[in-house]
Amino acid sequence: MRHLFLLFVFCILSCARNRGGVIIAGSTSVQPFIEKVAEHFMEENPGIVINVQGGGSTAGIQATLNRTCDIGSSSRNLKPEERGLKVILIALDGIAVILHKSSPIDDLTVEQVRGMFSGKIRSWKDLDGQNKAVIPVTREEGSGTRASFEDMIMGEEDISDACLVQDSNGAVREIIATTPQGVGYISVGLVDDREKAVAIGGVEPSLANLITEKYRFSRPFLLLLREEPTGNAKRFIEYVLSPEGQELLGQSGLIPANQVVVD
Amino acid sequence: MKDKIAEKLLLFIALSAILSLLLITFFIFQQGIPLIFKAGLGNFFALKWAPTRGGFGILSMIVGSLMVTIGALAVGIPFGLAGAIFLAEFSSKTIQKTLKPIIELLAGIPSVVYGFIGIVILVPFIRETFGGPGFSVLAASVILGIMILPTIVSISYDALLAVPNTYREGSYALGATKWQTIVMVLLHAARSGIVAGIILGMGRAIGETMAVIMIAGNALKIPGSILDSVRTLTSTIALELGYAAGDHRAALFACGSILFLIIIVLNIIAIRITSRK
Repeated sequence: MRHLFLLFVFCILSCARNRGGVIIAGSTSVQPFIEKVAEHFMEENPGIVINVQGGGSTAGIQATLNRTCDIGSSSRNLKPEERGLKVILIALDGIAVILHKSSPIDDLTVEQVRGMFSGKIRSWKDLDGQNKAVIPVTREEGSGTRASFEDMIMGEEDISDACLVQDSNGAVREIIATTPQGVGYISVGLVDDREKAVAIGGVEPSLANLITEKYRFSRPFLLLLREEPTGNAKRFIEYVLSPEGQELLGQSGLIPANQVVVD
Repeated sequence: MKDKIAEKLLLFIALSAILSLLLITFFIFQQGIPLIFKAGLGNFFALKWAPTRGGFGILSMIVGSLMVTIGALAVGIPFGLAGAIFLAEFSSKTIQKTLKPIIELLAGIPSVVYGFIGIVILVPFIRETFGGPGFSVLAASVILGIMILPTIVSISYDALLAVPNTYREGSYALGATKWQTIVMVLLHAARSGIVAGIILGMGRAIGETMAVIMIAGNALKIPGSILDSVRTLTSTIALELGYAAGDHRAALFACGSILFLIIIVLNIIAIRITSRK
């Protein structure tokens, strides 16, 4: 009886290990894109299960360090205290500043965007002449998108407490799409035709400008490994970096790593 | 023998429910309390919330939670009480049997649906009619007020029905009108049940998360008017837990501890009031 029980436990453990699964955990910004690549990968390699989870960049880095996942993902560069992981750049993601479709503004300077989010510019009067309050929408504390936005646009200034806070790209987009006075920021790849992405300092967030890094507001999408990958994890990473995988990422609105031109 | 086994089994199940409650309580406080002392009470009940950079002030969220809850009561009490009085005193058995289940059905609608209705209808309406971002204390109050209606209505209704008929007859015999009877006799006699219903509704309003995240805007600043955006304790936890690590995570558990205390106190008050006869 007891042997049977042990056998049973052993079976469960070994099944869980040997199902050929690869667990990827980390940035919720990277997640939808990796899921799409994983879908294609699983279609071509039946029997290998890629399990993509969220949790956030910080959680992804932690999970890679303590081996709770096979591959971690991050939408920000590692901090000095997080070094020691193998980092693979899979794509760049631009951050677009978005306005309601009806806004006459097509171009903002970095200072204007910073002013709106720090609370110094409270009215659209100085920007497009309409005497209406600016309604900035930001991401929640701890989000990778927010961290990148703070790094690239806000500099030393803090995002004002008066900003509305939403917890996903989609939720920010939804508010901007329905609020004429709103301003927000989301991944370039997720901008659709219900709102518009403005140029910053005269440079549009187009694919061409992102590839040549003329549009500077982009962040890396990284995969993280504790050591040299083996087996299915290795095959998946090779697939992501293959022309096919990179093209999939490009179709989703990212700048594939193989196209990035660094001056 | 069979009875004994069944009894022990039921006892075990009952104890495991209590045990899980104790474990949850222990876990929340064990995760949250150390941070309150690490940050210091002065910093914890302060305004600056920037948990990734050492600001752990939750005052604006406590104020936010209270504002939204008071707003919800301002909407929920008049409508809830009026509904209960109508059902108990003015309507026939058939109307009671149709309306009461319908009102109770409100409690079964998932909160995300309430939030969605808020975003699609209420928020644009407030923005266009009164100005401001629309995502506001007002929007959250109205939606929460509707969400707590079933609690207030059904408990108050039961309390009114429990008032003995002799009270009504006595009041009429003294020449009181129906309205005077309701206000001066029935509401007084049913007071404890009504207050308990209100407090339970209040507990629901303060603990509600999804609908509030969707329509309150979640700005950290303490709102200056009911048209400003507001952040509650529950929405902070739900918004930020996904990304939080280290002290940030502990700070969210500390928020949870405070919320837990508030709700426990409310429930104790409710139990005290209902058990007092």
